[in-house]
Amino acid sequence: MKILLIDDSKTMRNIQKAVLGQLGYTEIHEACDGQDALSKVGAIRPDLILVDWNMPNMDGLSFVKAYRQTNKTTPMIMVTTEAEKSRVIEAIKAGVNNYVVKPFTPDLLSQRIKETLGRTTAAA
Amino acid sequence: MDPNYIRPFIASIQNVFSTMLQLQVAIKEPHLKGGSGTSYDVSGIIGLSGDVVGSVVLSFPQETARRVVALFCGQDVSASQSDFADAVGELVNMVSGGAKAGFTGRRVSISCPSVVLGAQHVVARQTDVPTVIIPCETDCGLMAIEVTIQEQAAAKAA
Repeated sequence: MKILLIDDSKTMRNIQKAVLGQLGYTEIHEACDGQDALSKVGAIRPDLILVDWNMPNMDGLSFVKAYRQTNKTTPMIMVTTEAEKSRVIEAIKAGVNNYVVKPFTPDLLSQRIKETLGRTTAAA
Repeated sequence: MDPNYIRPFIASIQNVFSTMLQLQVAIKEPHLKGGSGTSYDVSGIIGLSGDVVGSVVLSFPQETARRVVALFCGQDVSASQSDFADAVGELVNMVSGGAKAGFTGRRVSISCPSVVLGAQHVVARQTDVPTVIIPCETDCGLMAIEVTIQEQAAAKAA
C-alpha cells in the first residue's frame, strides 16, 4: 500500500505519518504542494492520497481536480482547516472520497483512513 | 470590532490546543492593542480575504513557543531549525481556519502562514482598524492572539 501525503507543513506530514505507521503503513511518500504532487504521482502510483487544501504554488483543490482528469479511482482524503460545509461540498464534488478537518485526533484520522480504504475496496 | 469576530478565535484556539497538544488554554480579558509592536517575540501570521479582511497574529514569548512546538512535534526543536517556524505556522493556520468557520454566512479565505522571530519585531497592519488582543494562559506559558479584521464592505468604504 503506497500512500502519498501532500501538505506544505512538514510538522503535519510527520503527524500523519505517525498515524499511518500505527496502522501498519510504511511506504509513505511526501509532497509539499499540489504542483510537487502532480510531478510525483506518475512515478509513485499511490493507493491512497491525503491532501491539504491551503498550500503555495498549487492548492489541494486544484490538485484534486487535475488528478481526477486522469485518475478516477485512487481514493483521496482532504485533510484541512477548511471546515465550512460549502468547502466540504466543493471538495467532494471535485473528487475527494473523505474529509478530515484540522485539528484532528489520531483516532479520527485513523478512522477516516480505514473508512475510505474499506469503502473503495468494497466498491472495486 | 464586532465580538462575533472575536469569539470564534477563542473557541478555535482552545479546540486546536486541546486536540493537537492536549493543552488547556485559559482566556483572559480581550483588550485593544496600543503601539505597533507584537505582544511577544515569535509571531505566526495569517492574512484573511473575502467578506472579512485583515490579519491574525499568534504571538508567543520564545520560551512558550519552544514548549508548545515541542508538544506539537513530539520533540524539542530549536528556534533556528525550519521545523520550528513550520510548527508555529501550522498552529496559526489551524486557529485561523477554525475561527473563520465561525463567521456565519461570510465567505473568507486564509493565506499561507508566515512566521517572524525576534525581540520587539513589528507586524505592519491596517492603521485604521483596531487590533484586539486576546491574552491566553497555558501550562507552557502566556501567549496572545492579535486580531485585526473588518468586513470587506467597511474596508472598501474607508
